[in-house]
Amino acid sequence: MRSEKIIRLITMGMALTMPALSWAEEAAPAAVLDTGNTAWMLTSTAFVLMMTIPGLALFYAGMVRSKNVLSVMMQCFAITCLVTVLWTMYLYSLVFSDGGSMQSYIGGMSKAFLAGVTKEALFPPYTVPETVFSMFQLTFAIITPALIVGGFAERMKFSAVLWFTALWVTLVYAPVAHWVWGGGWLGAMGALDFAGGTVVHINAGVAGFIACLMIGPRIGHGRTAMPPHSLVLTMIGASLLWVGWFGFNAGSAVAADGAAGMAMLVTQVASSVAALVWMLCEWMNHGKPTTLGIASGAVAGLVAITPASGFVGPIGALAIGAAAGLACFLAAAKLKKIFGYDDALDVFGVHAVGGILGAILTAVFVDVSFGGMGLKEGVTMGHQLWVQVVSVGATLAYGVIVSFILLKVIDIVIGLRVDEEQEREGLDIVLHDERGYDL
Amino acid sequence: MKLITAIIKPFKLDDVREALSEIGVQGITVTEVKGFGRQKGHTELYRGAEYVVDFLPKVKVEVAVTDELTDQAIEAISKSANTGKIGDGKIFVLNLEQVVRIRTGETGADAV
Repeated sequence: MRSEKIIRLITMGMALTMPALSWAEEAAPAAVLDTGNTAWMLTSTAFVLMMTIPGLALFYAGMVRSKNVLSVMMQCFAITCLVTVLWTMYLYSLVFSDGGSMQSYIGGMSKAFLAGVTKEALFPPYTVPETVFSMFQLTFAIITPALIVGGFAERMKFSAVLWFTALWVTLVYAPVAHWVWGGGWLGAMGALDFAGGTVVHINAGVAGFIACLMIGPRIGHGRTAMPPHSLVLTMIGASLLWVGWFGFNAGSAVAADGAAGMAMLVTQVASSVAALVWMLCEWMNHGKPTTLGIASGAVAGLVAITPASGFVGPIGALAIGAAAGLACFLAAAKLKKIFGYDDALDVFGVHAVGGILGAILTAVFVDVSFGGMGLKEGVTMGHQLWVQVVSVGATLAYGVIVSFILLKVIDIVIGLRVDEEQEREGLDIVLHDERGYDL
Repeated sequence: MKLITAIIKPFKLDDVREALSEIGVQGITVTEVKGFGRQKGHTELYRGAEYVVDFLPKVKVEVAVTDELTDQAIEAISKSANTGKIGDGKIFVLNLEQVVRIRTGETGADAV
């Protein structure tokens, strides 16, 4: 259409003649909207949202007992809604706006209620509308607290889940995301986290771990059998997670280009290897390969490749996948038994362990000798390893401390756990007046 | 009159039904149950957690018969449900005090 052409010409003219926006120290080039990139990012956003609803919801729901199937789905769904509203109000601003003197640690409120995020606005240096970028990032902020559900499944009060989610995304997710992606100190230090190994997986994994320790094991844990009530749901969920993860990793390129293509490639390779490794571990250890095992392995690989997905090549993917399959298998199948904690859905074993492993190995396999994208000019592998360790450590330390405090406070004010009778009867009936199945 | 309750292996249900039909037993009630006697269960594995599942799926067959038919019924069930392997099940015979056909109100042997 003629009017479109005119608008495009004017925009281009403005972009070329207007002074470039100043962003922190660097002057970023004036960004121009790229329709290819935008189309991909619109798609990625949908994919990543799908990872939570229904991917994660199904994955978790199948693993709990049937009397609690709805509680898990309700939590995932409600978290999606709650975080969306908070993101709109202030979370996006805290992560991605300029925090002025506090910029190293947190953003400001200049983008509260998505101020400035108009239909035409771009978010330099990206070539996609800021609406799309914001929503894409939102889907990450959604899935992170949803992952934590796995640590306290089948025994936490719904109201406590909502309060914890709201406070945790504000006090933990937003700062850490800002540190890595929003112009904060970890990004400035050169930490490599392409799609959220620290921001999403280590964060969620360790919060889930603290939650499971503080809320205590499920009644009967260790004595009563609590097998998954529907691995059919779990397998469907795992599959949706895998497919959706292409949006998670390849979408983090914020472009429809070679970087996205490589991210997709390494994602596919790492998850497949990890799945086979976990499957083989079980086959040797127990005597038979299981569907839960192969699905868990795939997720472990997906987690581990997440921070590395923009930096490594196929060799790196094979290595990281194999390492994750083994490490997470040991964490979920062995470590848990040794220490006896009731991490119901293995948030720590898969997400924390996988995330830490992936974050560290990124520094190794980014090297060109492994087919990676190469360390930054002047940075040695040793230095990069150190930076990765610092980012992992900082995330762990901060996450542990603040999660602990939040859970303590919520426990004192409203209580975290349902009472014994409620837990025995099942959360679906007791908290939601519903039954998952009426067979 | 007797109420014969038999716990059998699920895949034997069709054979038992046919055998009872052949001797003239028309009515039958079937329930899916779980249980074990001397047959061992199996283990299931979920992410490193091994569960020993003792309870095995079985089928409970209940038929009401007149005294005259009792021995034949027991033999019919025994033969058709038998595999020779552990876990074939058991037959329990109880005295049946009264039987009523709901549609017509018939009682006793007429209702069986």
